Amino acid sequence: MPKQKIMSILVYTESENGKFKKAALEVVSYAKAIADQMGTTVTAVAVNANDTEALGNYGASKVLLVKDDSLDAFNAKKYAAILEDAAKKESSKVVVVSASANSKYLAPLLAVGLEAGYVSNVVAAPSNVSPFTVKRSAFTNKAFANTEITTDVKIVGLSNNSFGLVESGGSASVEDFSPSIPESGVKVESVDKATDKVSIADAEIVVSGGRGLKGPENWGMIEELAEVLGAATACSKPVSDLGWRPHGEHVGQTGKPVASNLYIAIGISGAIQHLAGINSSKVKVVINTDPEAPFFKAADYGVVGDAFEVVPKLIEKLKAFKAANA
Amino acid sequence: MKILVCISHVPDTTSKINFTEGDTKFDTNGVQYVINPNDEFGLTRAMWFKEKQGASVDVVNIGGAETEPTLRKALAIGADSAIRVNTPATDGYAVAKQLAKVFTDGGYDLVIAGRESIDYNGAMVPGMLASMIGANFVANCISLEVDGTSVKAVREIDGGKETVSTALPLVIGGQKGLVEESDLRIPNMRGIMMARKKPLNVVEPTDASEETKAVSFEKPAPKGAVKLVDADNIDELVSLLHNEAKVI
Repeated sequence: MPKQKIMSILVYTESENGKFKKAALEVVSYAKAIADQMGTTVTAVAVNANDTEALGNYGASKVLLVKDDSLDAFNAKKYAAILEDAAKKESSKVVVVSASANSKYLAPLLAVGLEAGYVSNVVAAPSNVSPFTVKRSAFTNKAFANTEITTDVKIVGLSNNSFGLVESGGSASVEDFSPSIPESGVKVESVDKATDKVSIADAEIVVSGGRGLKGPENWGMIEELAEVLGAATACSKPVSDLGWRPHGEHVGQTGKPVASNLYIAIGISGAIQHLAGINSSKVKVVINTDPEAPFFKAADYGVVGDAFEVVPKLIEKLKAFKAANA
Repeated sequence: MKILVCISHVPDTTSKINFTEGDTKFDTNGVQYVINPNDEFGLTRAMWFKEKQGASVDVVNIGGAETEPTLRKALAIGADSAIRVNTPATDGYAVAKQLAKVFTDGGYDLVIAGRESIDYNGAMVPGMLASMIGANFVANCISLEVDGTSVKAVREIDGGKETVSTALPLVIGGQKGLVEESDLRIPNMRGIMMARKKPLNVVEPTDASEETKAVSFEKPAPKGAVKLVDADNIDELVSLLHNEAKVI
């Protein structure tokens, strides 16, 4: 038998301004769990990242680092080509990506390139590696599907905050990687992004406001509560339809999905379309004047009360809590 | 411009989600089907291209005869003709493969698909299709303008948005923002009558084997009752979030 090349688990670690996102550390932790199940190691692919040591601590043995200024603007086709090259070089049979907008953009292109079956929204380590079976959320968080990937190469898209960070205290070797990069017919002209705020996708806590807040002028306390918690701000569909808040804050079935650890809904009744989008958040808190609001059936904790009285009190108590636990 | 709009036939959001045959099949009993909401935003944008720029608009679904009422609804909204590829929609790859054949046979310039379907939420068919046919691709598309073969599109990214320039042929994964909720059209009686006379062509599938397979389904564990905290006792809420839920 010829000596088999190592078939490491490949993981795409997304960075922003040179720094890894939390989701990148989570997918490395996840890839390490698969590597342990399959008796192999983890190779991370990073583009223009600086703090590559961080990846070793979460389980990567090797980092393939691409340095190229022309890749500063994300391009799905180019990034998919980098990962395709890396997977072939490493003879990888499993590729792990996150659920970020960029990872979800490139994964289908990579799947076609590698002739790999791709499963998105995966919420746990594989229940079995032969046949390779993962649990994914489906029906907009109303069910899970245990899904087999039948191809030789497999791509797993992990839901944010579903596996968590697992430090393994290792270290990774860093290798410069210069794959050939194809031309792309899609060119970024401009990016409009608030740099001083936590995005809904990256947030561990999301504070969300609904029509119960009566008008856009009342969002000061929502922003203050979010600031105290280090949370992202979000809103219900009617609020974005009324133009009180930007569309990018709309969460729910047709808006952004939320998979935070804590979701605080203020003045949101809890229409089924809203709940569908936020249901994979782990802990849900509702503050609403109407005890019959459907959100109370979906929430873990509830306060029946006027947001204009409850939220300022909550801010005050949280500030005291933070001060006491600092 | 020839536009192909992909229409997923999905359970209405309010449907009860249940499974049969030992939790291996989705239970369609009593389920109302609708046009996938993300596809409906795209279809409505396609109507704009038809009315303002003289585009032709075909709609397509991969599925059995039971999906035809959903395609007829798309025709009633204003699409010119419909195509149904006569095979069940298994996984994203197999669906993309069927769509690639429809694209090539029809000579389309632009494919408008939804960001994801609200049943399987795979968010992979548009990208796979684009890759198979060698077209440009914009995911999470919230604005689309076409001038000749030049395209300006806006993509929603984590924490903001990104404006891109690209060209036809193009596939987009569209969502709300392409048009607003208030722009969506409810078919009127005339539209419904006309839809009956519009062509709905059933074509046989090409070879496409699936790459992934849902072997069983499960529902989330039932949630306990909400714990109510008195509005005058917010200290308790903070304490519960810290000590019990351990999220702060």
